[in-house]
Amino acid sequence: MPLINRLGTRGQRIAWGVVLILMSLAPLVSTEFRLSLLAKFLALAILAIGLDLIWGYGGVLSLGHGVFFGLGAYAMAMYLKLQASGSAMPDFMVWNSVTELPWFWAIFRSFPAAFLLGILLPGLLAFLLGLFTFRNRITGVYFTILTQALVMIMVTLFVGKQEWTGGTNGLTGYHHIFGMELHRPSTTIILYYVTLLILVLSYVLCKRVVRSRFGQVLEAARDGENRVRFLGYDPAWYKTMAFTLSGALAGLAGMLFVLQVGIISPSMMGIVPSIEMVLWVALGGRGTLVGAMIGAVVLNAAKTGISEAYPEGWLFVMGGLFVAIVLFMPKGLIGVYHSVTGMRVRKGGVPDGQSVRKRKHKQATS
Amino acid sequence: MDMFLLQAFNGLSVSSILLLIALGLAVTFGLMNIINMAHGEMIMIGAYATYVTQNLFLSYMPSSWFSAYYLVALPAAFLASAGVGWMLEVLLIRHLYGRPLDSLLATWGVGMILQQLARTIFGAPNVGVTSPSWLNGGVAVTESITLPYTRLFIILLVAVVLFCMYIYIYKTAAGRRMRAVMQNRNMAGCLGISTRRVDGLTFAIGSGIAGVAGCALTLLGPIGPSIGTYYIVDAFMVVVLGGVGKLIGTVTGALGIGVFNTLFETYTSASIGKVLVFACIVAFLQWKPRGLVALRSRSLD
Repeated sequence: MPLINRLGTRGQRIAWGVVLILMSLAPLVSTEFRLSLLAKFLALAILAIGLDLIWGYGGVLSLGHGVFFGLGAYAMAMYLKLQASGSAMPDFMVWNSVTELPWFWAIFRSFPAAFLLGILLPGLLAFLLGLFTFRNRITGVYFTILTQALVMIMVTLFVGKQEWTGGTNGLTGYHHIFGMELHRPSTTIILYYVTLLILVLSYVLCKRVVRSRFGQVLEAARDGENRVRFLGYDPAWYKTMAFTLSGALAGLAGMLFVLQVGIISPSMMGIVPSIEMVLWVALGGRGTLVGAMIGAVVLNAAKTGISEAYPEGWLFVMGGLFVAIVLFMPKGLIGVYHSVTGMRVRKGGVPDGQSVRKRKHKQATS
Repeated sequence: MDMFLLQAFNGLSVSSILLLIALGLAVTFGLMNIINMAHGEMIMIGAYATYVTQNLFLSYMPSSWFSAYYLVALPAAFLASAGVGWMLEVLLIRHLYGRPLDSLLATWGVGMILQQLARTIFGAPNVGVTSPSWLNGGVAVTESITLPYTRLFIILLVAVVLFCMYIYIYKTAAGRRMRAVMQNRNMAGCLGISTRRVDGLTFAIGSGIAGVAGCALTLLGPIGPSIGTYYIVDAFMVVVLGGVGKLIGTVTGALGIGVFNTLFETYTSASIGKVLVFACIVAFLQWKPRGLVALRSRSLD
């Protein structure tokens, strides 16, 4: 039995509180650079939670989350870019001899509109794709390939429409938000707390979703879609909703990511980043929201470390991890943790409910 | 009109390469329910095998023989890719049967490692392969249209491979075993077919065909470590559109995507053309969710 369960509900709450307090103390002990990196990882953890919702609980593998992430990121970047350019046109539009700001750019002048669109646009795209595929019972693998194609065309589109999106260079060259410089210690700390808060809120939201009846039906549809259908539920609807939420969370993550990194380009939403996102969830342990978060933070930290030391090594490591996880630890780090602590119990720890019942049953029958 | 004909021809030659790539995918997907994301890297291996053969000819053969290198490169590409594919099947895929999503992740990892290996061995920049001299030039159909020999040769090559595949699948005992395993694995096993051996052989053949596709691609442009990635998603779309289990589905899927892609791109732009093709595929799947041609089955879940 996992260690954390032995604490009981109250103990778990205290444990979570301790983790949160430690996390909120991070600005005191870490340098600005490290803090900004950590905030970036936390932003990506939001995406991982959303991806886990649809993959771990819904059983649908999406390789298209780079697109949703990118849409959110571009929404925020467009707002920042317009702020940076003031009344003038964004610089890359001038280079591409665009004379008038397109209407869909003008919307992003206001922060509330940009923020809402950064969540709604990816959510809407996910909703439409889900609606058109799940309703026709386009199953696992077929759906995965479709999402991958979606990534391909989005990247082509963003690269191709250079006059509107900045092409392969993406959107960059903005340094202020609400009049604060993005790269100043105080802003970094504020952004870190904002990211942490949004991560906690997203986690609580998703935890509630998976514990609700909605989440139960979603999980049931993962394990036996036809049986759920025979019971009178419409699995397509549940999957579509979960996918929409997942896309919206990815958009949110993208917005926070842009604030930390200060650039977004099509290569950050392409096929390789999209599949890397899946690896975060797989490493942490799919079907556990905590695992998804841990996976996102651990793998991104590892990526930063390894690609600093050996730039070529990262692809070998990542490729090897994919193979190793699938073959040897399909339940991820959380699964490893469960089996390690589970063994300790068998050697004589506190008995869990199931083993107590078994023992009683044995006594009763003998 | 000339413009249209030329585009149609280009579409046909794009389709033929897609077909070659998708052929192996469709077979492995249909047979073993394995999504082989490393298929793109089989293309890469075929392309680099051609490059190596060319360099061997350059260094060890009299220069008058050089143009013959391509005839050696074709089987070499097939064998190299088939060998790697067979090894992959034995070492990894074998443990992943019936887990399509897991196989997708694991083979993607393998693909990544293979790409990085190619980058380490051959260097990151693209390398060029010289087309043999007997493929220079083209057929002048009208004054403004010239069909290059290379593209004609590719179409011919694909037709030959397709014909061989047809003979193999529908006219030989090995092909019959393959179809049996595809339709009902358990029953085929009960009747004494070694499903393991069929799987390995089929996977090797599918990979080998991808290698031939890589060899064909060297005629069209320079090759690099990520050459397979450009084609793999399109090839999967062919499989999704065409349906799994019948050769004819893959052929029509490839023709449809190749021709429509080229036409849309001519009349709009490269990016909008891709969006249109994708929208058409999703719309088409609303009508036939299992693809154009699918094996009929009454099984549930």
